[in-house]
Amino acid sequence: MSRYFLKKLITLIILLFFVSLTVFSILFVLPGDPAQIILGLNASAETLANLRAELGLDQPFWTQYTDWIFGLIAGKSGNSINYGVPVTELIRSSLSVTGPMAVMAIFFAVMLAIPLGIYAATHHNRPGDVTVMFFSQLGLATPEFWLGILFILLFAVQWGIFPAGGFPGWDVSVWGSLKALILPAVALGAIRASILVRLTRSAMLDVLGEDYIRTAYAKGLKRRTVVYVHGLKNALVPVLTILGLQLGQLLAGAIIIENVYYLPGLGRLVFQAIGQRDLPVVREVVLFMAAAVVVVNYLVDFAYAAVDPRFKLQ
Amino acid sequence: MKRFFINRNFTVGFILSIVVIGMAVLSFLWTPHEVNEMNARHRLQGPSMAHPLGTDQYGRDVLSRVMAGAVVSIIVGLVTVAIGVVIGVLLGLASAYYGRFLDEAIMRLSDLMFGFPAVLTAILITSILGPSVINAMLAIGIFYIPIFARLTRATATSEWKKEYVLAARASGIGEWHIIGSHILPNILSPLLIQGTIQFAVAILAEAGLSYLGLGTQPPHPSWGRMLYEAQTFMEMAPWMAIFPGVAIAWAVLGFNLLGDGLRDTLDPKMVRMR
Repeated sequence: MSRYFLKKLITLIILLFFVSLTVFSILFVLPGDPAQIILGLNASAETLANLRAELGLDQPFWTQYTDWIFGLIAGKSGNSINYGVPVTELIRSSLSVTGPMAVMAIFFAVMLAIPLGIYAATHHNRPGDVTVMFFSQLGLATPEFWLGILFILLFAVQWGIFPAGGFPGWDVSVWGSLKALILPAVALGAIRASILVRLTRSAMLDVLGEDYIRTAYAKGLKRRTVVYVHGLKNALVPVLTILGLQLGQLLAGAIIIENVYYLPGLGRLVFQAIGQRDLPVVREVVLFMAAAVVVVNYLVDFAYAAVDPRFKLQ
Repeated sequence: MKRFFINRNFTVGFILSIVVIGMAVLSFLWTPHEVNEMNARHRLQGPSMAHPLGTDQYGRDVLSRVMAGAVVSIIVGLVTVAIGVVIGVLLGLASAYYGRFLDEAIMRLSDLMFGFPAVLTAILITSILGPSVINAMLAIGIFYIPIFARLTRATATSEWKKEYVLAARASGIGEWHIIGSHILPNILSPLLIQGTIQFAVAILAEAGLSYLGLGTQPPHPSWGRMLYEAQTFMEMAPWMAIFPGVAIAWAVLGFNLLGDGLRDTLDPKMVRMR
């Protein structure tokens, strides 16, 4: 058991090393000189050279890379070219938008998908099942940003219940901030739910066909007990794994949905930073996102071991 | 053909996709109005007889633009799947045949790509190469390579071990001949199924990239870009925000169902994992 997780931890570190290297190399070859962008087109060659030296842009690839990575390990984050503050600060403030939004989206997706998935599985091939599957098929085909736009059209433009976009900030208005995140979170969550509902359904169908379910029925347990205690507990294992993998998709979706709702989150931060060639920001946010995905999946493996006793034997 | 149409998914998917393809083909020959024709007097008009889906902020006909947008989506689907299939199948065959190092390298590389937010990498790639529909196709297509490589590898590895392949090798038939006449035909139906599904995914991805301004460039019509433009005029012209989205969902639903139907018919053993 512990050897397995140690091995996983080592692959995790190697993976992150490769991600950091990849991101760094991609940005290294990115056209557009950051020094030129900061100083504008009229800058003299001398001031340009000075700034390049100051930013370390005149150093060879490996020096720049090792400077960056050892700086990060020592807890020293780069300064954003555009905002002039450490990137960690930018990440912290944008995470206060993306974090709650992602949590709300996952919560909504799970709350919607698991009951519906169980319902569809227990009503296999009956009208209820067909209806649920129809809507999940529709959800799979709907782009997140379009659902976001439709929500704005309905709830903001038509009925005026929710704001069409923007974010007041938690210190200004907690309720206002929460309201600003509801529509994007539901839009993100609904699409995740379409995938999750299919998974829950097929996992449940598999489990409900097992011998131990028949045994549970045979010993006279109530249908509810069988479905929820014996069935759901086992069906949750694959669902949990995929839920972990979905985080990457969720972050990707956040990039687009934050642009739809003009939310100052992680996705919009990195999207704008790429456009502005704010390399320190792009590097660290991308690495942060990758680390988040990898670490969450690592934790999911732990959770997996906790719910599945068979795992301990291996 | 009959055995396909017994399947409900296939039939519905087939009808939906045919409409999209038909719309694209028709748009070459005829659209109700010129696709990029601006008309200041007819700006932001609601659906009417002259403009069934209304007009946009330049007075361009939305129906004509939705029709022409189908062309972009289909080309993106075809090209990205082609990139994935051609390179992926070669890599997959090589990794099944040569094994070991190449195999390990391809698998780890695809692990890396699968775990990472694809849109983010696509944004990085399009910002290096510059925003255009060609670069968007490259960015999407690159992600398809590991998908098809893994699929090919899985099927090819199991075929290589089968007795009839062993018999063919023993009788001195060349390896490439075996690949061509025994291995490839067995990969064909999983490739067709996966290809149809990735076709749908590509339509979604292109719409997302174009929405962000990284895909198809104006004035050329693209469903994703039309939705971006619609957002500014949402209060005055809600139809602009509805019809391009319907077109995306329609097309993606169609090709998804088509893929499901093909899977049900060609490969009943394959468990649905999505």
